[in-house]
Amino acid sequence: MAILCFIPFLMMLVNATRSNEAILSGFTLIPGSAIVENYQTMMSYINIWAGFKNSLIISVLVTLLSGYFSALTAYGFAFYVFKGKNAMFVFMLVMMMVPGQLGLIGFYELCKNLGILDTYIPLIIPAAASPFVVFFLRQYILTTLHPSLIEAARIDGASEFKIFHTIAIPIMMPAIATMSIFTFIGSWNNYIMPLVVLFSPEKFTLPVLMGFLKGSQVAQNLGSMYLGIAISVVPIMVAFLFLSKYIVNSISAGSIKE
Amino acid sequence: MKNLNRYGYFFIAPFWLVFLVFSIYPVALTFYYSFTNYTGSGEAQLVGLANYKRLLTDTYFVEAFFNTWKIWGVNFALQMGLALILAMIFSDMRVKLKGIAFFRAIFYLPNLITISSVALLFGILLDWQHGSLNMMLMKLGIISDPINWLNEPTSAQLSISLILTWMWFGHSFIVVMAGVSGISKDYYEAALIDGANRWQTFSKITIPLLKPILLYIMITSLIGGLQLFDLPMLLTDGIGSPDGSLNTMVLYLYNQAFKYNNYGYAAAVAYGLFVITLIFSAFIFKGMYGKERKQPRQV
Repeated sequence: MAILCFIPFLMMLVNATRSNEAILSGFTLIPGSAIVENYQTMMSYINIWAGFKNSLIISVLVTLLSGYFSALTAYGFAFYVFKGKNAMFVFMLVMMMVPGQLGLIGFYELCKNLGILDTYIPLIIPAAASPFVVFFLRQYILTTLHPSLIEAARIDGASEFKIFHTIAIPIMMPAIATMSIFTFIGSWNNYIMPLVVLFSPEKFTLPVLMGFLKGSQVAQNLGSMYLGIAISVVPIMVAFLFLSKYIVNSISAGSIKE
Repeated sequence: MKNLNRYGYFFIAPFWLVFLVFSIYPVALTFYYSFTNYTGSGEAQLVGLANYKRLLTDTYFVEAFFNTWKIWGVNFALQMGLALILAMIFSDMRVKLKGIAFFRAIFYLPNLITISSVALLFGILLDWQHGSLNMMLMKLGIISDPINWLNEPTSAQLSISLILTWMWFGHSFIVVMAGVSGISKDYYEAALIDGANRWQTFSKITIPLLKPILLYIMITSLIGGLQLFDLPMLLTDGIGSPDGSLNTMVLYLYNQAFKYNNYGYAAAVAYGLFVITLIFSAFIFKGMYGKERKQPRQV
């Protein structure tokens, strides 16, 4: 099973080092020597590292924004009593069920009218409102942060936002980290949104750039094509090697909701 | 002490601002467009229910609906089967397999890779003339002529199902294992003493107690599956070749809106998709929980 999971990656890595002619002539598991030429051919068509950089910038900002504002909202929902709170919370949960494609056309029109098409704004800012993360963090903070801790800080004269930043955030950190892994992976793998809002090739994220690769001239050269895919995949595999324990634990944590 | 509850509004205000502008408004705007003949430029004219009438009789949409179901169904059956078999092996008290963390990581790896890279990779691996899969199979003597995997509706759909299985069984396996580890060891010990075999332990203890988790996987997988887009878009020509067999509902939506500029109609497709998702989610919920409630609970 483990081997089966790995075979496609193995074929990719081997073929990435072979020249186009070698790939066309047959299949082997012995690496070739054309990796440098493949790289040059690929780079003459697309700059894959730019795609990497773009994806990284967007995903990091999305993760930070989603983490901070979701914590803020979850705290607000958990520890204050105000008019319409329950209605708002229920409404948020209902919106959580709505599939992402439902608002796609309206979203595109909105961005067009705001003049933010072909920028990263529509890919980053909406992360400040992530209902699922808010929901998860609220459940977490209700069980881990005791109101008496907040009372004590208030008596000591801390302002509400200071309490949030110095007491609530550190306590929520494990849950925020868990959610951040999801947010990051989700943003990194997002394909349809950048495809719809971005037009300039130099702004493309990695997934869109990979789609672009398929339609370009470089698709004629299979070796370069394999190398391009390999470059888009290998750093993720390396990162995963180091982080796999946390990622796997996050999935387990996120999926069990009693 | 003065009332600090007004601070609640300050805390949730940024969320609601962004949520209203970027989530709720677009959904409402899409709803409005679904009653118009908007084409992306100029004025949107109200056309009543025309888009929805068209949707109900649109053979392409119906076809896309069944394609999506076929692809998702095969993938889900395979994926859950694999995940459960693996969970059964790994959770067995008598076997005590080592290295579960390692296997979890390896199985999960394909899920982490950007789908567009996966699509591209399989696109060239499955290539008819130069793809490594055909070459390998021919070398091993399993087939004598190259098979054109992506040129025949059934094999193209099957290919997508298998790729999705490859990507997602690890995820399901992890979730199932998390569920298994939450089941009290007492049950298994009791079963062991009573002399239950592996299959009995699995079907009588693990499966019933995992029901909520299986339901969770099914619902999330279904919602994700109905939104299938990236793979069919990138694996062939982007409009559902061969023979419209890879035309999924979201691909149809995307092409109607951003390729043919039928924004109004695409908006109706989006709402059709939404209603379908709602109906089937409710269906699963009722099927899984409704039955349970009828049975008297035993203590």
